Amino acid sequence: MEELLTSYLPIVIFVGICLVIGLALLVSPFLLAYKSPDDEKLSAYECGFDAFDDSRMKFDVRFYLVSILFIIFDLEVAFLFPWAASFGEVGWFGLWSMMFFLGVLTVGFIYEWKKGALEWE
Amino acid sequence: MLGLQAFFFYIFAFIAVGSALMVVLAKNPVHSVLFLILTFVAAAGLFLLAGAEFLALILIVVYVGAVAILFLFVVMMLDLDVGQLKSRAIQYAPFGAIIAVLLLAELIIAGSGTIADPVLASQTALPMAEAGGASNIEALGNVLYTRYILFFQLAGLILFVAMIGAIVLTLRHKEKVRRQSIPDQVARNPSTSIEVKQVESGRGI
Amino acid sequence: MTDFFSLYLWPGLIILAQSVLFLVVLLVLIAYILLADRKIWAAVQMRRGPNVVGPFGLFQSFADLLKFALKEPIIPASSDKPVFLLAPLVAVTLALATFAVIPVAQGWVIADINIGILFVFAISSLEVYGVIMGGWASNSKYAFLGALRSAAQMVSYEVSIGFVIVTVLLCVGSLNLSEIVLAQTTGLGTMLGLPATFLDWHWLGLFPMFVVFFISALAETNRPPFDLPEAESELVAGYMVEYSATPYMMFMLGEYAAITLMCCLTTILFLGGWLPPFDFAPFTWVPGFIWFVIKGGLVFFMFAMVKAFVPRYRYDQLMRLGWKVFLPISLGMVVLTALVVQTFGWGAAA
Repeated sequence: MEELLTSYLPIVIFVGICLVIGLALLVSPFLLAYKSPDDEKLSAYECGFDAFDDSRMKFDVRFYLVSILFIIFDLEVAFLFPWAASFGEVGWFGLWSMMFFLGVLTVGFIYEWKKGALEWE
Repeated sequence: MLGLQAFFFYIFAFIAVGSALMVVLAKNPVHSVLFLILTFVAAAGLFLLAGAEFLALILIVVYVGAVAILFLFVVMMLDLDVGQLKSRAIQYAPFGAIIAVLLLAELIIAGSGTIADPVLASQTALPMAEAGGASNIEALGNVLYTRYILFFQLAGLILFVAMIGAIVLTLRHKEKVRRQSIPDQVARNPSTSIEVKQVESGRGI
Repeated sequence: MTDFFSLYLWPGLIILAQSVLFLVVLLVLIAYILLADRKIWAAVQMRRGPNVVGPFGLFQSFADLLKFALKEPIIPASSDKPVFLLAPLVAVTLALATFAVIPVAQGWVIADINIGILFVFAISSLEVYGVIMGGWASNSKYAFLGALRSAAQMVSYEVSIGFVIVTVLLCVGSLNLSEIVLAQTTGLGTMLGLPATFLDWHWLGLFPMFVVFFISALAETNRPPFDLPEAESELVAGYMVEYSATPYMMFMLGEYAAITLMCCLTTILFLGGWLPPFDFAPFTWVPGFIWFVIKGGLVFFMFAMVKAFVPRYRYDQLMRLGWKVFLPISLGMVVLTALVVQTFGWGAAA
């Protein structure tokens, strides 16, 4: 327990230094550089004309579907990690247990393939 | 090391509670989701302090790396009108209050149970059993796929239902879309794509 | 009081010094990787590449850093300012933070945690936030489209990367990155009675996964031919279009740090990390760190050559490759590897 937490302490320090480097880089031009903002310079880029409307438009529902499918496969991977770590321990029973789990999800995968959910049009 | 542990506990706890408050109070829904992500990260830190390193990282992989991206997509896609939301929030206030009271009651019951029973208190205070020196993830793997096989397979079925459900609810095929069929392109050869015609001179086709 | 010094201060200062040293070396390496990328690209196109600043342009990246720091920073009037500035910070910090668990030689690692590979997987799955936040906060159509594309793309290839990592873990039985490297001292070569050589490393035993991992790494880091989020011809620069000065540079730094990470990860998972290619005399004299850098450099050379040679994918082709080719292949390989390892015992598959 103690040992476990001590092994994570360097990560905290390391991330802290990364943050300091990032902040230093981010702040430097605001301190060093010459600034002369004007309206045109500060407007959003739009091929030379003024923007018609807000850029945060509605987008294709397909992105939503991709991220749901990703969550499901990500969870599948999350279940695979401990299985791989204790693979020598759980033996054939653990193997068939996982094969059944993957089999069920493969049926789902074939369904979404046949339905055309994986096609981007 | 205990002092440092307590220090990090209070930091993570403060961030978790503070950003959870900001999820509700932030005016912009996208900001709310970003604060929600911060809450998840702080919760992962708390898991780690309790010695559950695998759960801490899985919380980040699944909730921050996957679920929160979906939330962001939904919030960006809905194109919410904040003013309208604020006025509707009053209507839903009673439901929120009921849920809050229920949660508080559960916490009090759970807390008072451990205080009343010293045996239970000593058990719940243990962060986790050190399973024969095996690391956290191996201890979990050793039981999850064999002893708790039923729950594991049920989790698989739930994921399966989620997969089917997502497709049934969101998949709409557009009309008149020309899709690329790579096998057809590869299988194309002169005999299927060229037609040779004998043209008589001076007449055209 | 002595307790305080011996318990907290000295270990803390040592870790601090190690981390600073590691990061300085890493950042200098990234500067030269950037230069190498430009030089290789130029050489393929029969150009000279950067050659003015210093001999052979060796100081080009440092000159660029100075130039970025002195450029006018622009924050668009319609943008969401806090998120707009937070995005590059998130991109850089997360990309660099993953290196805390990367072992560059025997025992040369900042934090030797039990589940190092999961830490790398978790943190690199967060790198997409820099892109989404940047694209959304810019409040520009091009940036927003770039962010959306990037999110869907990174998410699609992460699944295959997860499966590839699992197959390697099946052969190793541990999530510690140092143990993954050490498991590669025995393998296919030693099974045939040869001394420990480069034939033992996972790249040979798990060759299909090596290829899938390499290509997924290209997609995950938005490298050409999968650089659709910043496609110049249609989205000008994607999520980075509104950024200038160092915030822009931070996105580039984050991108190259992620590329370096993927090179290191390929080295650790498939190319035996710091192990020498032949385990006898002249090769074992070279320190492990040097082997690690050489191997990582070779992987990066492949990254750079792919950028120079391969035309950009179309978005539907990219999604098809991720979901319909890599996902079934890597899932099948997980099952196959598990069966082989279970039947023939440990270390037999790779």
